Amino acid sequence: MIDHDKVGLTDEVATMPVERGKIREFARSCMSDDPEYLASPGPVVPPTFLTTVNFWMSSDTSPLARVGLDLRRLLHGAQEYVFHGPPPRAGDELTFQTRVDAIYEKEGKRGGIMTFVETVTEFRDAAGTLVAEARSTAIETGKAAS
Amino acid sequence: MSAAWDDLVEGSGPEAREYGPLTRTDFVRYQGASGDFNPIHHDEAFAASAGYPGVFSVGMLQAGILATYCTDWLGAEHVRRFAVQFREQVWPGDHLVCSATVATKHDDGDARTVDLDVLVTRVESGGTAIKGTATFVVP
Repeated sequence: MIDHDKVGLTDEVATMPVERGKIREFARSCMSDDPEYLASPGPVVPPTFLTTVNFWMSSDTSPLARVGLDLRRLLHGAQEYVFHGPPPRAGDELTFQTRVDAIYEKEGKRGGIMTFVETVTEFRDAAGTLVAEARSTAIETGKAAS
Repeated sequence: MSAAWDDLVEGSGPEAREYGPLTRTDFVRYQGASGDFNPIHHDEAFAASAGYPGVFSVGMLQAGILATYCTDWLGAEHVRRFAVQFREQVWPGDHLVCSATVATKHDDGDARTVDLDVLVTRVESGGTAIKGTATFVVP
């Protein structure tokens, strides 16, 4: 059951190092053969790479986990990345913080109420400048698929 | 090299690229790389318990394929926004086609950017897996 009181909930600020090997692994998993990701000594991250912030979040404190989503009924509705300059680069150290931005409901096309949970993660560089934002829309369907 | 400003034409884009067939190994490799270990993408019994005929791809995998298809065209350092909506699920055996077209070119004197419409289509069903938009700077 999704707790609507969780809007505005934030995670603690944490740190994520941007690593060359991780960039290569991630780019290959996305079927990229671009030498800018695979061979450059100082690659920028692919556009969806910041999803790997998963590895630097605590599963106990992640706001999405605390909202109480059921994995069997969870769909990923939408995802957006905004970069306020070139994407982060291997060797950068980013601080990040996630907040629950919105929770709302819609009638599903096949009946049942779908609950939408939007989270925003802000990424800042060592100087504290906002360099990237990720907005994720998770959907909990009214019942398991059948 | 990434595309030049004068070569970018509204309504046009690079050659579409086909990927696949996607396999369970592709899903697992992406899950390992991304840190999203939702068992619905690799555990058949879990997927069945959720009412699905089997495991299906991670939406962010096809989003990542589409994103790097776009950076192949306009340059890894030039992306400023990438946004997708997930439509149909992608299943083992699916081939995918990525495509992109220039929606609008902006030149305000200081910066030149292009807004793109981006798409992932499932070859076998003809359905849309992902519909999205992206913005790149063009030096």
